[in-house]
Amino acid sequence: MRKEIRIAGFGGQGVILAGIIIGKAASLFDNINAVQTQSYGPEARGGASKCDVVISDEEIDYPKVENPDILVAMSHEALIKYMVDLKQGATLIIDPDMVQEDDIKDFIKERDLTVYHAKATATTVNEIHLKIVANIVMVGAITKATGIVSEEAARKSILDSVPKGTENKNIDAFEAGMRIVEA
Amino acid sequence: MVDEIDEYTIDDDFEKPKRAKAPFIKYLREDRLPHIFCPGCGNGTIINTFFKGMEEANIDFENVAMVSGIGCSSRIPGYIKCDSLHTTHGRALSFATGLKVSNPDLDVVVFTGDGDCASIGGNHLIHAARRNINLTVICINNNIYGMTGGQISPTSPKGSYGSTAPYGNRDKPFHLAELVAAAGATYVARWTTVQVESAAKSIEKGLKNKGFSFIEIVSQCPTYFGRKNKMKTPVKMMDHIKNSTIYINNTKLMSEHELADKIVVGEFVDKSAPEFTDNLQELSKENYGDKTLRRSAFLKNFDENKE
Amino acid sequence: MVEKLFIQGNEACALGAIKAGCRFFAGYPITPSTEVAENLARLLPKYGGSFVQMEDEISSMGAVIGASWGGSKAMTATSGPGISLMQENLGYAFMTETPLVIVNVQRGSPSTGQPTMASQSDMMQVRWGSHGDYEPIALSPSSVQEYFDFTIKAFNLSEKYRVPVFLMTEESIGHMREKISIPKSVDLVARKEPTMSPDEFLPFKNRKNATNPMPAFGDGYKVHVSGLTHNEIGYPDTNNPKTHAVLVKRLCNKILKNREKITSVKSEFTDDADVVVVCYGAPVRSVTTAVKEAREEGIKAGYLKINTPWPFPDDDVKAVCESAKDIIVPEMNLGQMVHEVERVFAGDAEVHLLSKIGGELPKPSEVLNAIKSVGGN
Repeated sequence: MRKEIRIAGFGGQGVILAGIIIGKAASLFDNINAVQTQSYGPEARGGASKCDVVISDEEIDYPKVENPDILVAMSHEALIKYMVDLKQGATLIIDPDMVQEDDIKDFIKERDLTVYHAKATATTVNEIHLKIVANIVMVGAITKATGIVSEEAARKSILDSVPKGTENKNIDAFEAGMRIVEA
Repeated sequence: MVDEIDEYTIDDDFEKPKRAKAPFIKYLREDRLPHIFCPGCGNGTIINTFFKGMEEANIDFENVAMVSGIGCSSRIPGYIKCDSLHTTHGRALSFATGLKVSNPDLDVVVFTGDGDCASIGGNHLIHAARRNINLTVICINNNIYGMTGGQISPTSPKGSYGSTAPYGNRDKPFHLAELVAAAGATYVARWTTVQVESAAKSIEKGLKNKGFSFIEIVSQCPTYFGRKNKMKTPVKMMDHIKNSTIYINNTKLMSEHELADKIVVGEFVDKSAPEFTDNLQELSKENYGDKTLRRSAFLKNFDENKE
Repeated sequence: MVEKLFIQGNEACALGAIKAGCRFFAGYPITPSTEVAENLARLLPKYGGSFVQMEDEISSMGAVIGASWGGSKAMTATSGPGISLMQENLGYAFMTETPLVIVNVQRGSPSTGQPTMASQSDMMQVRWGSHGDYEPIALSPSSVQEYFDFTIKAFNLSEKYRVPVFLMTEESIGHMREKISIPKSVDLVARKEPTMSPDEFLPFKNRKNATNPMPAFGDGYKVHVSGLTHNEIGYPDTNNPKTHAVLVKRLCNKILKNREKITSVKSEFTDDADVVVVCYGAPVRSVTTAVKEAREEGIKAGYLKINTPWPFPDDDVKAVCESAKDIIVPEMNLGQMVHEVERVFAGDAEVHLLSKIGGELPKPSEVLNAIKSVGGN
């Protein structure tokens, strides 16, 4: 089954790495197929950033995400920009501190979305004491909420992708994400 | 008072000198002679001077590879019996950089001219100097584009005439030795075709220097520069060069204005600094355990243990 | 042991280059190809190779040619604006039969265009960009695995035919991440050394449709390599019409007469197809989806994927599309390779261009609509 995931936020939040970790977890550690693509503008920090991952147990031809089954929004701007593409009945994961959910109540109902909340940014600051791992908290939330990749594969993929010496903090962040995500 | 001799009149009683021995002919591709250079061109003098410097430096001719761009001076490597790349206009230094990095054991010599290296190739010139890559550059500066028929170049003196400066050159010329010195070369000298001994000595030092060496030799182009600037004969041109020459040590108290029409000769830089391919060898030793691989294109298998 | 990695296309290219024996890279930063340079800057010193960041693309191409004559397998990577600057020295490489590999990660153009968006708008630039008659080889991958495989293939073809070889990819493949398998060993074509003595050896011999061996500088062959029209020794012979005609025809024929050995295509569902989609590069990914969907709807559609846009695989395209009444050519430009397809069919089939510019891949639905609109009824 082909599943399309889009992780979006602003540049510097690490949404690209989050997508790479999900794609790598699926393809190298769950042994199915994954393609990760991204779009970015000229700015290295700030600006809109989006990372797309297609996961399938079959060969993936068309590599791009058209209508996500899962949208992870780490900023309000990203949510508004990309939610319109969501499939009917899709999953939406948001950081409630970063978006105004009230603004899209009607849309959620119309599109019959399942919404998960993960206070990734706050958790990062308060629990992990390392601001830059909000994306890994989100990977934990995605894994727990959607089961798109196995927990074991996600852990291996994180260890394979983060800089040496930061493994423990990142695994802490992942576990926090698994714990805090709620419907 | 001696009557001025008309240089075009040949005195029948004049005893022609015997053809001088040509000890360096062994380095030439005799099957390519005669060459295309005009009578009175400085290129021949400079080729001789190069071989003298090369022998003095004890460089093994078998290990010399030459690179050149486009122009009269860039035709020189084609007459010399060594591996040579006769490349595109202005780009000789970039080809030479690749060749030297690929095989740092070669003695790579670049022949170039004022148009080739200072105009179209100016960027490559300053960057090669900045890198201090171990190349020896012989820049034959004749202040004109000879091969295309006498257009002004970036070194043409202010007021000189060329086919593209029919009213006289209004631009300020580049001083190449000073430019290359400022860019970071570790050996820089300027001489003229009149000071062949000094030029040969500088070529010797340049070949021995482990770094970027730039030897500018101001030369005569009687066919184009001379003809357009009231110096039709080689002798007149060389007289003019000789009379304009001033040693660098004698210029300290002279103003820019006083030096405007002078050719400042001498050594501008003679120092040592880390060399580009040495740095690459060190990087290779640190990461690979050995100097960089030579002749990788001919390998069918690569040492897997080292990978 | 096969190693599996989940990596970006441009990184796969760098790994392929190392596997292929590339030990020299010279280049200049340019989006969206820079990751090839960055990865090789990291990798080459570990394999006894050299990485040089040059002052521009002009000198990058010059350095690569110099390194090739120095005896190294050498490459550079860039995008359209960089290829524009390289054209002068590329012509020199064709004229002097210098093996090397150029990666072009295509972006939206003309001019600076869209640095971070994909296109296929340089397909004719690499065919005709430098002045004069010459025959390039170009490979076009459609996946990260192919980008790795084709990099090795590019080096092999380049050495075999003593010719510059282009890897024509797009931002979409260059920046895409997928799983790839890296084999422990691969088949490599090593450069052929001369076996004759330096006195007898002719580096530019007029051999019929065959490639001359090539010594490295310093091997004692004392080769004169010139971009001027040269004779078999390498000496300039610029005013002799015959020397020029013989040389330039030989340069072209060594590729054209070996066309069937160089070209490669892949096709599916074409045996009974009324509509065949002829495609190359990243759009292939949309075409395969669309053709499968068309078949599910009972439409006799197939596709032909061209792995080697240059030299254009005339015979393969003709043979595979024999039964087709309609040919669709999707391209991320306003129509370039479509002219080659039209030339091959010369009226035997209707050739339709499906053009998409702006930086995005054609969508499978767009390809499917095109199939339906031309002959799927």
